[in-house]
Amino acid sequence: MIDAILDPWRDPVTLRAIAEVSLIGVAGGVLGCWIVFYGLAYGAESLSHGLFPGLVLAALLGLPLLLGAAGGLLAAALAVALAARVPGLDRDTPVAIVVTSLFGLGALLALSAETPPGLQGLLFGDVLGLTDVDLLIAAVLVVALLVALGVLHPRLLAVAFDRASARGLGIAPFAADAAVLVALAVALLVAVQGLGNLLVVALLVGPAATARLLAHRVAPMMGLAAAIGVACGIAGLYASYHLNTAAGASIAAAMVLAYAGVATATTLRTDGRARQAPLG
Amino acid sequence: MSYGGGPLVTAQGLAAGYGGPPVISDAAFAVAPGDRVGLLGPNGGGKTTLFRVILGELSPSAGSLRVEGSVATVPQTDRSRLDFPVTALDVALMGALSRLPWWRRPSRDDRRRALEALDTVALREHADAPFGELSGGQRQRVLIARALVQDSLLLLLDEPYGGLDATSTERLTALLDRLSQRGHGLMIATHDLVQAREWDLVLCLNRRQIAFGPPAIALDRATIEATYGAALVDLPREGEGEEESRAILPPHHHDHP
Repeated sequence: MIDAILDPWRDPVTLRAIAEVSLIGVAGGVLGCWIVFYGLAYGAESLSHGLFPGLVLAALLGLPLLLGAAGGLLAAALAVALAARVPGLDRDTPVAIVVTSLFGLGALLALSAETPPGLQGLLFGDVLGLTDVDLLIAAVLVVALLVALGVLHPRLLAVAFDRASARGLGIAPFAADAAVLVALAVALLVAVQGLGNLLVVALLVGPAATARLLAHRVAPMMGLAAAIGVACGIAGLYASYHLNTAAGASIAAAMVLAYAGVATATTLRTDGRARQAPLG
Repeated sequence: MSYGGGPLVTAQGLAAGYGGPPVISDAAFAVAPGDRVGLLGPNGGGKTTLFRVILGELSPSAGSLRVEGSVATVPQTDRSRLDFPVTALDVALMGALSRLPWWRRPSRDDRRRALEALDTVALREHADAPFGELSGGQRQRVLIARALVQDSLLLLLDEPYGGLDATSTERLTALLDRLSQRGHGLMIATHDLVQAREWDLVLCLNRRQIAFGPPAIALDRATIEATYGAALVDLPREGEGEEESRAILPPHHHDHP
């Protein structure tokens, strides 16, 4: 039993993976709260899928994945901004068109004859294949992200709470939106290597949505979301280690299970209270 | 509060709109410290537009507007998010941000002032209560506390009486009286004519300024009819002898374009 718990920590590959999921668990949990408050879950999913051709191109050309992800993000953001100018479309339609086009382009590139092996890692992540340099870059970006979110916290909160009055408080709502989107881009850069293009959204939405059900103030909610992110990350790695399942998918599954469990528990508790409460 | 004396806001021949025909025109008024000004008019009459011009969010298309010092707004409480995980103190503390550069967090001193503001609006004991769990009247007073923490002498209140019960209404009126005694200029958008008659001044808007002055002089029958674009109907009040109560029957409902 003890060995089952300790074994993953003795394996350097799994140990690096534990460090990585801890880093992205904290970043994803904290940033995820803002994603939820600003209603950006769909935007987060779109950006993470839209950067796919960048990842594939980097892999095909032998460039660092981080560079490919950054280029892909920039291209996706520009394409969405351009498509949004097409008259007669609502806000979501141009995003959906751009994202499916880019994802299709990425798939086309990924399935070409010269495709090197390991491209499925781009879709589902390869948290067990990270190097020490990958980890170091992730650590630097996560610390920078947390410092920036800490500094901007009061203003992000004021805009999220009451956007219409923000200007009266000397805060430009546009600047707050831009800050959250830049933070989202940085978090995607860090997390996409470990969790992959398709699963990274689970990290940015799952822990925060779960914490939202439990916490009544923003700071505890962020702490809780970070803890849930790290715990689910490590739980997923354990599942992967012992059951031989895909690491990224196991982590995403742990996050979904955590949300489903907490949502069920809070619903049952609320129903129970409602039944006990006297009428009137 | 930096304040050089004189009116907090002065408008002359003011007009404003959103590119098309002006939403308000011919506005000429002044609000001094301590003035409680009832802002009357139908929906779409230009009350919100006037607030936006005073806040600097919208430029006048004609005339002039002079604002002395900073302005704080108290929005309608149902516009804010009730499911948002913040306490009354968190909300009041947001007022401090208007005085701080973007990288600075509110200090311990700001926190003390936010608690004092909650004390002023008689909600000190609810400082840690979730904002969404307070009553409508309490939420309104928390938003007033946020405006007080901003240190602005001029407060713009957007229909603060909307949806309040009798007790909350009385409390809010008493609070507005106290703020006026402290030297705050208050512009209060309202539909309550009876309430507005108790205040120092009324400003009647219906896409142009209909009247401005003390309610006893400004609020005559012709002004009210022009303000609401409606005919007044006199209804005899039961059991009150000579006294009559008036009802406004609008010809049709006005909405924002």
